Amino acid sequence: MSELMKTPLNAAHRALNAKMVDFGGWDMPVQYPAGIIAEHEAVRTKAGLFDVSHMGEIRVKGSGALALVEHLTPNAVSSLALGQIHYTAFLYENGTFVDDLLVYREGEEEFLLVVNAGNSDKDFAWVQQHAKGYDCTVVNESPATGQIALQGPLALAILQPLTATPLAPIGYYYFTHGEVAGFKCLISRTGYTGEDGFELYCAAADTEAIWNAVMAAGTPQGLLPAGLGCRNTLRLECKMALYGHEIDDTIHALEAGLGWIVKLDHGPFIGREALLAAKSAPAPRKLVGFRTFEKRDIARDHMDIVQNGQKLGFVTSAAPSPTCGFNLGLAYVPTELAKVGTRIQVDIRGRAVDAEVIPTPFYKRQK
Amino acid sequence: MFPADLKYTKDHEWLKPAGDGTATVGITAYAQDALGDVVFVDLPEVGASFTEGEEFGTVESVKTVSELNMPTAGAVLEVNETLGDHPEAVNEDPYGKGWMVKIKLSGELAGLLDAKAYEALVNSESH
Repeated sequence: MSELMKTPLNAAHRALNAKMVDFGGWDMPVQYPAGIIAEHEAVRTKAGLFDVSHMGEIRVKGSGALALVEHLTPNAVSSLALGQIHYTAFLYENGTFVDDLLVYREGEEEFLLVVNAGNSDKDFAWVQQHAKGYDCTVVNESPATGQIALQGPLALAILQPLTATPLAPIGYYYFTHGEVAGFKCLISRTGYTGEDGFELYCAAADTEAIWNAVMAAGTPQGLLPAGLGCRNTLRLECKMALYGHEIDDTIHALEAGLGWIVKLDHGPFIGREALLAAKSAPAPRKLVGFRTFEKRDIARDHMDIVQNGQKLGFVTSAAPSPTCGFNLGLAYVPTELAKVGTRIQVDIRGRAVDAEVIPTPFYKRQK
Repeated sequence: MFPADLKYTKDHEWLKPAGDGTATVGITAYAQDALGDVVFVDLPEVGASFTEGEEFGTVESVKTVSELNMPTAGAVLEVNETLGDHPEAVNEDPYGKGWMVKIKLSGELAGLLDAKAYEALVNSESH
């Protein structure tokens, strides 16, 4: 077995008695002693601090940068303002996913692409491979970059005393550069939890000092260190896709319910022809949210959706929901079963368990 | 680290013989820690009989589900009904309030691990 990769916060997690797991080749905290439910509730009601340094960062810069990113992604990059961010994807020619990512517009011809940890090497190779003929540099900044996410309704109140940068004016999905606890950061109003919050990108060497400063500032207000366990339940309640679950190289962007990131009229991009064709016919399957009714009926990732003993679809992600208080999940089902209120069944270890298609997101924060 | 008066399985259940041909069964502190927050324990009907190693229920946490396997053959005399409303007792007090079933023993206990042997097993698994 090869050695697990470690983020700059590995020692900090161990000092906090985190339970560490192998996450896509990274040694990451799944939870701290408070546990997944307490960490989940802290993010929903106060704040949680996540190490997301394993995420990949790719910088594309030069007079061909805009054209390259437009070629590689389906969202309308040219309409991004400087300092603005959007959610998008790298697609194959057939419209399925290489990965999903965030695009940060640093300049007219400079972009930071933030990709999933487990796909980082594949993504970097993908961008490099397509960069031929475009006048720009493509740099993998992942090893030099740390990233922490402060998420929850108290995020702004906890972070503001640590920086001279006014945080309130930073809109959702915008970013700026500043200092946090005396260290240079890219301060981004984004997250993967459905709450308000900030993601801080910094030099790898500064990550632990920033983490410690935020923990010290937030602990008296109820901030908890938060692991990947609650990151998953938080994003699931908000129906945010996770690569390898809701999206992968067998699912195209429209069936995943991500038509809103596909701007077919913004010019040619990889996957456009396939998605144009897909759009002209009704999608055979759709991603839906469902719930079960009994406490014991807890669906899990990759279980089958069934009817009369026949497999009709599959669960992509499922868990008991700490916020909703019932068991829920996301699943691909035939489009005729996708309407809210439709009864479906999940095969839970050989039992066909009743479930119902319900509206998503399961949780939406009150603004 | 693990109570000396209990017997253990390699699947991380414990069994406490009462001395009268009955025993109590639950999961170990190591098992509950690995599962994380327990949200549901599915237990059998009173009267059901199980063979050694047979699945008698499941324990569900936020992140995963695990089978409960009977440490030795026996028939269920009582199940811990309080876990229905308080599954977190499995995390908080795995050898006390978090017990799962009481059984009438019909199988042997000789194949079970003592605390020392179980601790050695846990140490080998966590490295």
